[in-house]
Amino acid sequence: MYEAKNAQFPATSTDEADYMDLRSQPRIHESIIKGFLIFSGVISILTTVGIVVFLGQEALRFFTDPQVSLVEFFTGTVWQPQIYKFGILPLLSATVMSSLIAMGLAIPIGLSVAIYLSEYASQRIRSIIKPSLEILAGIPTVVLGFFALTFMTPLLRSILGNDVVQIYNVFSAGVVMGILILPLISSMTEDALHAVPNTLREGAYGLGATKLEVSTQVVLPAAISGIAAAIILGISRAIGEAMIVAIAAGAGPNFTINPFEAAETMTGHIVRISGGDISYDSLDYNSLFAIALMLFLFTLTLNILSQRIIRRFREVYE
Amino acid sequence: MNLGIHLDTTVNQTIIEEIKEPDIIHAIEAKDLNVFYGDFLAVREVDLVIQAQKITALIGPSGCGKSTVLRSFNRMNDLIPTARTTGEVLFHGKNIYKEGVDPVEVRKRIGMVFQKPNPFPKSIYENIAWGVHINGFKGSKSDMDNLIEQTLRSAALWDEVKDKLHDSGLSLSGGQQQRLCIARTIAIRPDIILMDEPCSALDPISTLKIEELMRDLSEEYTIIIVTHNMQQAARVSEFTAFFSLTENRAGVLMEYGLTIQLFTNPKNKITEDYITGRFG
Ligand SMILES: Nc1ncnc2c1ncn2[C@@H]1O[C@H](COP(=O)(O)OP(=O)(O)OP(=O)(O)O)[C@@H](O)[C@H]1O
Ligand SMILES: [Mg+2]
Repeated sequence: MYEAKNAQFPATSTDEADYMDLRSQPRIHESIIKGFLIFSGVISILTTVGIVVFLGQEALRFFTDPQVSLVEFFTGTVWQPQIYKFGILPLLSATVMSSLIAMGLAIPIGLSVAIYLSEYASQRIRSIIKPSLEILAGIPTVVLGFFALTFMTPLLRSILGNDVVQIYNVFSAGVVMGILILPLISSMTEDALHAVPNTLREGAYGLGATKLEVSTQVVLPAAISGIAAAIILGISRAIGEAMIVAIAAGAGPNFTINPFEAAETMTGHIVRISGGDISYDSLDYNSLFAIALMLFLFTLTLNILSQRIIRRFREVYE
Repeated sequence: MNLGIHLDTTVNQTIIEEIKEPDIIHAIEAKDLNVFYGDFLAVREVDLVIQAQKITALIGPSGCGKSTVLRSFNRMNDLIPTARTTGEVLFHGKNIYKEGVDPVEVRKRIGMVFQKPNPFPKSIYENIAWGVHINGFKGSKSDMDNLIEQTLRSAALWDEVKDKLHDSGLSLSGGQQQRLCIARTIAIRPDIILMDEPCSALDPISTLKIEELMRDLSEEYTIIIVTHNMQQAARVSEFTAFFSLTENRAGVLMEYGLTIQLFTNPKNKITEDYITGRFG
């Protein structure tokens, strides 16, 4: 049918009925491509769903174990699987602390770098700084972990004293994690600043604003949704980062708010336990999935939050 | 900028106007002005004296350098890295391109309204208050409230926005946004307002509103407007400067004079062709 029609293109058929055949035609290659695209989409959804179901299932096995109490899991300050103590707070506190330290460093420096690059730097300086940041972003986290352990910690100890700073400590790990996240925040923020239309800057300059006033009071607020997204993504990354904390923060849960003490984060704990000899299907093993599920819920909440923030600012600003 | 001083000069100028011919007061003056973009000479040897408290229109074919000349009046071209200016622009007798002159200080006195309305992504109130604050406003909250009401009234926008001052400036219509941009400019009480095709993105009714507003404002401010719209130039301006292109695509000032003369009795053949629509 298709070929027959094609052969007499342009439609010169004198047969009126044939010429006026307007029924839909099969278009094979379009269907194939469409099918492939749908398939790819479905795969990504299935993968996500698969991971969540698997995570949930294994975590459920942990939570339904008679030796585990949900209340203790969320409020207990001791995590010692050997004696069936599963209180997540020591792991959580270390995660929160290291992330706070990382963000405390990465947000102000990242924003400053982004403002400098987007509003102040000449083309030449930009062409030096941007690749350096990209190199920083490409350093393997294992290397950063050892950098924390063998450079940052000795530095801290020489400044604050060996009795204050332990060999393994959350602070060094947090600082180096901040260095890891810095390029992410600065480059996403720079993109957001860059997207602010020039007409807005000109409007501000036209009122006699200085460069600093334009950058910080007009351009920065106008890019706030992109910046909020960058920050939240940075927090997600900090919470999920495992290698640096596994190497430099400490190997053992410790419920403390002193960042100079050794403590183990949720990710660090998973790395250490799953790397050791652990019998599968033990309560120990299942507990890792409970922690992983918590991590997942954390980052999920943050992502939803960032979407919300972006939408709210859109409503206000666009 | 200092409110008191500004009012004084206005009073002085009014007195002088009464005594002498009004066209003696020069608001701003370009002398042998050349503007380059890189190696490209965009505007060549422009000599132009703008009269105070009048509306002057800059017209001419696309690319002849109207925007470039306008932007050189408040050093806006400084923001374009490749742009370079030679010659002088005299403002109150002072060359604003002289070494040591701060472009920020120039722009506080010579404001600008752009082709596309560009309110800040802030509330209507903040859109005006921001410029006032960065220009050193020291009054109380109620002083600011008064100033904003007064400004919005002058910009013929008060009645339309008085109930939603804290809504985003971007929630307004295009014409209202442009009047907001005019409002935020007059709030800092500049001497001169530069307008680069302020109505080209607007519908006819909004355009007429802005033209009416310009006529009101010209009692107090010197206004220079770039427009592609001959009728608009004829309707609002008292003086018109016609720019044209030379062979090597540099913009030059062809003819300058009273709008009524330039439109009814142009001295130059090219001007005549342009305003009668045979060119450009
Ligand atoms: N930022 C820039 N960089 C390089 N060249 C520019 C720049 N801005 C303008 N030009 C050039 O300078 C010349 C004059 O431009 P200008 O924008 O002043 O013209 P115009 O008369 O305002 O035109 P239009 O009526 O289209 O707005 C043009 O040839 C233009 O291409
Ligand atoms: Mg122009």
